Amino acid sequence: MPSYVIEEKCDGCKGGEKTACMYICPNDLMILDPEAMKAYNQEPDQCWECYNCVKICPQGAIEVRHYADIAPMGGYVQPMRSSDSIMWTVKFRNGNIKRFKFPIRTTPEGSIKPYEGKPEPGPIDDGVLFTMAGQTLETP
Amino acid sequence: MALRNKPTWELLAEPDLSKVPVEELEYDAIIVGGGMAATGSAFEIGKWMPAGSKVCLIDKAALERSGAVAQGLSAINTYIGENAVADYVRMVRGDLMGVVREDLIFDLGRFVDDSVMHFEEWGLPIWKKKGDEGKSLRDGGQPVRTGKWQIMINGESYKCIVAEAAKNALDEMGYDLHERVYIVKLLLDANKPNTIAGCVGFSARENKVIVYKCKAMIVACGGAVNIFRPRATDEGKGRAWYPIWNAGSTYTMCMQVGAEMTMMENRFTPSRFKDGYGPVGAWFLLFKAGVTNCFGESYAFTDAAKEELAKYAPYGLQPVTPTCLRNHLMLKELKEGRGPIYMDTAAALKKFLDDKKAEGMDDKALKKYWKELESEAWEDFLDMSCGQAGLWAAMNIEPEKVGSEIMPTEPYMLGSHSGCCGIWVSGPNEDWVPDDYKWGYNRMTTVNGLFTAGDGVGASGHKFSSGSHAEGRMAAKSMAKYVIDNASFAPALKQSADELKAEIYKPVVHYAEHSKMTTDDMINPNYIRPRHMMERLMKYTDEYGGGWSPYYMTNAKLLSIAMHHLDMLREDSEKLAVSGLHELIRAWEMNHRIWCVEDHLRHIAFREESRYPGFYYRGDFPDTDAKSMEDGGWKCFVNSKYDPETGEWSTFKKTLHQIIPD
Repeated sequence: MPSYVIEEKCDGCKGGEKTACMYICPNDLMILDPEAMKAYNQEPDQCWECYNCVKICPQGAIEVRHYADIAPMGGYVQPMRSSDSIMWTVKFRNGNIKRFKFPIRTTPEGSIKPYEGKPEPGPIDDGVLFTMAGQTLETP
Repeated sequence: MALRNKPTWELLAEPDLSKVPVEELEYDAIIVGGGMAATGSAFEIGKWMPAGSKVCLIDKAALERSGAVAQGLSAINTYIGENAVADYVRMVRGDLMGVVREDLIFDLGRFVDDSVMHFEEWGLPIWKKKGDEGKSLRDGGQPVRTGKWQIMINGESYKCIVAEAAKNALDEMGYDLHERVYIVKLLLDANKPNTIAGCVGFSARENKVIVYKCKAMIVACGGAVNIFRPRATDEGKGRAWYPIWNAGSTYTMCMQVGAEMTMMENRFTPSRFKDGYGPVGAWFLLFKAGVTNCFGESYAFTDAAKEELAKYAPYGLQPVTPTCLRNHLMLKELKEGRGPIYMDTAAALKKFLDDKKAEGMDDKALKKYWKELESEAWEDFLDMSCGQAGLWAAMNIEPEKVGSEIMPTEPYMLGSHSGCCGIWVSGPNEDWVPDDYKWGYNRMTTVNGLFTAGDGVGASGHKFSSGSHAEGRMAAKSMAKYVIDNASFAPALKQSADELKAEIYKPVVHYAEHSKMTTDDMINPNYIRPRHMMERLMKYTDEYGGGWSPYYMTNAKLLSIAMHHLDMLREDSEKLAVSGLHELIRAWEMNHRIWCVEDHLRHIAFREESRYPGFYYRGDFPDTDAKSMEDGGWKCFVNSKYDPETGEWSTFKKTLHQIIPD
């Protein structure tokens, strides 16, 4: 189920050296053609359909077409991700549509302060992690 | 039309090596990898390294969405909570057929909940029981459990959240993060034997090689995928169950510098929804769905099934049937012509509604309840396996109306899920840990200064995402102690930066030297492209090494043929040719895949029994042996070691200790 880029919608992320989809793809598949200023999937049969390019695209230009060797045509699954939730549209081959909305995060993006309010680490010679300083470890 | 002998990649690889710069960097500690384990390390390490230390995390992808959790997850499979840590050890031991490192599992069980509580604190929504909504785990909030160890989450952004904490921790400490750098080789010290001194990799974005020196290193970059022929034939190959970008780099890179490996014969062959490989856990555990054969029979609960499991006593007689033996029962149905196997999703959902009706729920409330149930069922896929949702949509499958086929996939190598292959590491330096299980630094491999976590640590599966994070943290603390204890160590490399560059860019140069000989650069007698090598590898491992096509069956003769093919593949890998930076990634992934699957088959050949029926079978040794090594049996570890000095392999037994009583 490789991702594909809709030519009309893709703006190549406005001339940056890398596009959002290129930044995020865990398998290095999305790539920018700098002449056309459009992105594309350079190795569709290695696409895990993780939807990370779809979710991150600021233009909504990326969708997914089901794997040609597995799926009949006509199914469609498309997310709209915001900072705290994601809305999915699932369209069936027979035209039925379902919509689901799920929370994704309870804190604002970028707000994590990993060391704030944490204890000072204990001795380095014991096996205790820094956040558990002072605790005695259970043994079998 | 232009001739087809020109590079077609967007980012071309530069064959004139004078134009490829080499950057040389030095750190005190390095983390290779960007998944759950590596982000755990990144969070923990800053609190233990001496002030002013230089630390770098190097990720092949972007930390925000790299590793096995890149897509998201719908559950956290290891949360101890109200359970006893000793029972966690018993569960893992039972599922993995008795041969596990109980010290490592117990140790991990003591820390995993702290990681889960941090995920929640950082913003991961965790489902709570009615009445406990809004109450955090730390404050005693009760999670929705699907099984004894699993809890449900809204996990679409699980990795983004955990990565943000890791990034911010690195940032706060002034540490570096190098994304899109693929580390392909570890480097031993020139002076101090068996000691790590650095690593080398290249940028996926520009023609540049980077040589890193360091005092110590954690290598945690996942398991191995695309090592056996997938069931899909074309684009569907991408729909691997485990992340397709996991190329066995952890195992191979550590193996190549002489780290002792353990239980590399173990593999995981998950049974999942056919073709889409969507998760079945929630369907089994949350929705209590049953599996049936073509006659609608619940084959796993028949007398015949009991009899079959008894053949693998004592393992088959445990109260919870191990995952491999559940596969075995399914394979028996398929082989004897009673397929397909169906997950009866419709009956399961109907039962929920019927139960509510019987409890007197009115139609309106029932409708609302159904909406919630349906949403939960779809979220399970949409959080972690969008492709399965797409396949159901394409097939007009609505789970409340029709069941779906399930099927065992191709085999995968991993150490954090329901598998346990990996590297032999030291356990915690505590009195209760047997002496031959510890050598000073927790989670250190047998190579000085080289640590691992997550999929890297062998003989201790069922960590999953949360356990891998916790283990990354444990390894980080331990590595910091090693760095402090070895503060005066000055790493020195054996090879020059230019020699390393030439080695890494060899496939690029090889392409440039030969590609113009023919009119199509995919067909050339002087070289092999990475994609062709991958297809060849997967065909032979499948046919001779017990892939899905022979129903996971192999034997000594078949394995010797597989090894012969692997020898030739390894020889041919010297002639890999690539024209783009993306393809150079693929070339090095192939190098990693060949080595780790070779060790996998070496272990299977050495272990003269079938330890994991349902994952693989030795046709010449079909039984599972319950005798210890001391009694001449196979209830022990099989370890292997590659000697980087001589290029020789050794494979041998290692004593198993039971720490937690039955």
